[in-house]
Amino acid sequence: MKSKIVLFFTIVVCFLMQSTVLHFISIGSITPNLLLILCVSMGLMRGRKSGLWTGFFCGLLVDLFYGSLFGFYALIYMYAGFCSGYAFRIYYDDDIKVPMALVAAADLLYNLAVYGLQFLLRGRLGLTTYFTRIIIPEVVYTVFLTMFVYRVFRYINYHFMSPTRKESESIWVLK
Amino acid sequence: MKNLKKKFRFRIHLKSKHLLVIMTFFCGSTIVATLASGITSAPFQEAAGMIVVPFEKSVTTIGLWLTDVHKSFADKQDLIAENEELHNTVDTLTEQNNILIQNQSELTRLQELYDLDEEYSDYPKVAARIISKDPGNWYDTFMINKGSKDGIRVDNNVIAGKGLVGIVTEVGSNWATVRSIIDDSSNVSAMTVGTDDNCIVEGDLELIDEGKLRFTQLYDKEDKVTAGERIVTSNISEKYVEGLFIGYVSEIQLDTNNLTKSGTLVTPVDFQHLKDVFVITVNKQDSIEEGAE
Repeated sequence: MKSKIVLFFTIVVCFLMQSTVLHFISIGSITPNLLLILCVSMGLMRGRKSGLWTGFFCGLLVDLFYGSLFGFYALIYMYAGFCSGYAFRIYYDDDIKVPMALVAAADLLYNLAVYGLQFLLRGRLGLTTYFTRIIIPEVVYTVFLTMFVYRVFRYINYHFMSPTRKESESIWVLK
Repeated sequence: MKNLKKKFRFRIHLKSKHLLVIMTFFCGSTIVATLASGITSAPFQEAAGMIVVPFEKSVTTIGLWLTDVHKSFADKQDLIAENEELHNTVDTLTEQNNILIQNQSELTRLQELYDLDEEYSDYPKVAARIISKDPGNWYDTFMINKGSKDGIRVDNNVIAGKGLVGIVTEVGSNWATVRSIIDDSSNVSAMTVGTDDNCIVEGDLELIDEGKLRFTQLYDKEDKVTAGERIVTSNISEKYVEGLFIGYVSEIQLDTNNLTKSGTLVTPVDFQHLKDVFVITVNKQDSIEEGAE
């Protein structure tokens, strides 16, 4: 229960930072994706279900305030969290390289999904422009931010949340 | 009580992939629901807004304060150099100013003759401050600190000093989200001032860096529209009130169909550093209905 509350506050704080403070550090109007880092780290540190729920609620917040399709971002973030959950217990989570690689992959797929489902379908074909202007810079910047933020998330995970059990033992949500 | 326990038991055995399928289905159905039947998530938005918005307001205020503090620590050397430079410009500007004052009096006289409309002053407005921006990089929407309590409604137009900024898409009691006109999914029905030709102004992510917008479907057979032409919101627009300034034409070319023209236009609003905006609290639909009565 304590973990749930901590996670809830982490999500809300990250969303607040993402929509307010992170714009102050944006380079060339590109802001790193803090929420994605949160989903991926929770998936990596706490398993698929945690990643899934974190992603779902992160996406839901984005949808509530900024989304045009309700549920779209929830879906994408959810998959990002879930897929990174496959790395749970396979890789050590105290190594910074694993979350960095995971975040890079997740951010790339996230951006490609947004492009494919919301831009390509409206006939915006200039993938190369979007790729060099938005996707690549965002991936690089997000990976860069991961180096600092991941340690914070890891600290939160080990000091404020109860230790994860095996997935088969766990109740459906985060514990 | 027993029933409850049974339910709980069932949850224990839910595997993560089953959960994924269920949640995917849930998200898919909400997407379809909002797309097809127009079910709004307004009550949830309202509830979430109550929690999030006060924090966003305070965080933005603190952030702005910090940037101010940061600025005040600028280098002394820079300031001295700047001071010298400014002294020089003051001299040149005073000279220019003298000439301008003469021109000014002439201008006021001419304006009275010309009887220029005061473009925006006849619409009731509410000033608002931007408190947060879209978390992603793909869209350009932002949230303002005024909501339905201050008389803001969905489809209200938003302007900033020099020109049109966007339109209100969602409203809570103390916040509202605005989709700016440079957003990739934005379309505005517009017209040229000189010739009253209609066109569509679209936001385009590929042009955002240059601070430009795209316009299409301009029918201009006599080639009267040239670069520098002013473009304002049109009288046939359903959602935008007439005559709001959008920008100046910067490039124009004939489409391959040989009938219409398209090109780009420059907006006078600095979207990167936008802080305060004005919301026009009258909708286009209101004025239409008033006219009907």
